[in-house]
Amino acid sequence: MTRELLTGNGAAALGAKLAGIEYLPAFPITPQTEVIETLSKWIEEGSMDCKMVTMESEHSMVTAAGAAAATGVRTFTATSSQGLLYAAEMLHTVTGWRVPFVLVNVSRGLASPITLEPDHNDIMALRDAGFVQIHCSTCQEVLDSMILAYRLSEDAGVRLPVIVNYDGFYLSFTREPVEVPNQEYVDRFLPPFPTNQPRFSADHPMSQGVAVLGGSAYSYFKYQTHLALLNAGLIYKQITNEFQILFSRSYDPVELYKLKDAEYAFLMIGSFSCKGKEAVDQLRAAGWKIGLVRPRLTRPFPMDELRKSLAPLKGVAVIDQNLSLGMGGVLHQETAAALYPLITRPILAAFVGGLGGRDISAEEFYSMAETIREAVKTGETPPQRLLYTEKENTDMQQLQRIAGTHTTSP
Amino acid sequence: MRISVEQIRRKYLRHDKKFPHVWCPGCGNGIVMGALLRAIDGLSLPKDEVVLASGIGCSGRMPTYLDFNTLHTTHGRALTFATGIKLAKPSLNVIAIMGDGDASAIGGNHFIHAARRNLNLTAIIINNSIYGMTGGQYSPTTPFGSKSTTSVHGHIEQAFSIAELAVTSGAGFVARSTVYHAELMAHLIEMAIEKVGFSVVEVISNCHVQYGRRNQLGGAVEMLQSYKDNAVTVKRATSLTEEELEGKITIGVLADREMPISTEEYEKVRQRAKERGGNVGC
Repeated sequence: MTRELLTGNGAAALGAKLAGIEYLPAFPITPQTEVIETLSKWIEEGSMDCKMVTMESEHSMVTAAGAAAATGVRTFTATSSQGLLYAAEMLHTVTGWRVPFVLVNVSRGLASPITLEPDHNDIMALRDAGFVQIHCSTCQEVLDSMILAYRLSEDAGVRLPVIVNYDGFYLSFTREPVEVPNQEYVDRFLPPFPTNQPRFSADHPMSQGVAVLGGSAYSYFKYQTHLALLNAGLIYKQITNEFQILFSRSYDPVELYKLKDAEYAFLMIGSFSCKGKEAVDQLRAAGWKIGLVRPRLTRPFPMDELRKSLAPLKGVAVIDQNLSLGMGGVLHQETAAALYPLITRPILAAFVGGLGGRDISAEEFYSMAETIREAVKTGETPPQRLLYTEKENTDMQQLQRIAGTHTTSP
Repeated sequence: MRISVEQIRRKYLRHDKKFPHVWCPGCGNGIVMGALLRAIDGLSLPKDEVVLASGIGCSGRMPTYLDFNTLHTTHGRALTFATGIKLAKPSLNVIAIMGDGDASAIGGNHFIHAARRNLNLTAIIINNSIYGMTGGQYSPTTPFGSKSTTSVHGHIEQAFSIAELAVTSGAGFVARSTVYHAELMAHLIEMAIEKVGFSVVEVISNCHVQYGRRNQLGGAVEMLQSYKDNAVTVKRATSLTEEELEGKITIGVLADREMPISTEEYEKVRQRAKERGGNVGC
């Protein structure tokens, strides 16, 4: 094992290399491009035996990835934001093919307005596609998740593609010390692409993507895919246990931070949870009983783990870096749905923040903690709130004045 | 009298809002922008009647800097946005600004079909042979054998020739210039805007940062010099053999022809339907 300073993109590329990928269809997009660039360099140098083709769009890229995986080849691809959405048609299609491969999505906000900076609207828009979704908070986790993702994806009880997701800029371009596992250990954990599963081969021809009219066969196969995705949650726990034994790092479906005696918690995903943990430390130093809950998996949604960890709490501030327009944050909706059957459950306060790369400050974490404590005191669920300061609002109005447009207060 | 740079700045640039621009020093995009503005000014088009639509990439930023009706859209879709605008408001002058990646990769299908349909639009395609903004990956116009971040040992695919593709796809007007030939470019853009039908101006431009550097083509000055040295007019090209044309850039008008125009044919259908007593709502 060695330690290297790697960006999130570098860690993803190295994870793909260690996993022994054989085929890489690619298309550049900020902030993902460094992943394919790094792999391209290794392929050109001859340090990786992999075939790479730059396609003409993400749509064809995901099509090629799914088709290659159907032939029994370990396949990797990566995209971001607009690219993920442009490939949406094929993302839904390839899960129906039940083909295993790994896709990295470097989260970035969606147009319009156009941005290059991160939030989770891209990945949340694809939550129903049938991919397993793993959300990372550190560069180490990115590398490890790549290896876990292939193992999970290729498991006979899953056979679904997996998305490894991390935040653009905050993680994609930030260098952190990463422990790089030995190839020998990776190989022990991740055997070669299984040859005993259905795949295209000359001596056993088979069909993919067959039209099934009437609804009966369609319902059967769709529900099968749903069940496989739910099963991926169980398999995930088995393989992370194995991973911990080999590499001494644990990746539960939901990470619990200082939750043991907690009365309150922040609930969030991705790299901003590191800021959340820092806020937890500060609040604890000030006497608060507060922790942080970070789902690593959002598909399958870790219902049981969330119920178990949240039920004893008095109040939870759910921080969504996405916005389902006309409804609110997706994590908040899904957490509320998970908790609904419980007789005693915490009050949930819904916050939307960090959109388009906007920071979430320590003060805002303290303010959210204050809000949830107040809500618990009064027993009243507070209205959903966008994290936005008075100064930002004034600045926006100033910009709108320059642009000569009318201003309206939110 | 031709408009001065200072007049251009005051009249057409969002100089107090959107600058400094993001382009690298020496980038050809600014020369194309200048030529476009001189063409628009030469035609005395009212600013309110001009719409600029762009895709994604370095070229995609151009409309942001200009004081017209502007639309910065998604990668490859400048022409589809432009099509929607033109069909809804045929009286507007709609100009799509694209890069080679925009027009011939992710938006390649839109490009050939806009040409086939011969919609009354102007398409300006800045071809710098590379995906510049994302870090120098090969695009569909990267020449065979050239180096990019994704073809370190030389590119193994053949390049599209954008103007010729437009000609065979059915565009009414097709021209090519380079950023060295700024005067010619402005003139060709003027002709393209004036032409009724799908008009394409391909501009060969320098990305010395991502493409030139990797292929030992020098900086901006050397690349412009090479455009000067290697450009041949359409007229002269007809007297050269295929071997002699190797490595040359043919500039000028490649096609200027009268073909049925989508919006006009559509109007005729509406009129015929109306005469037959059909229900024509809008």
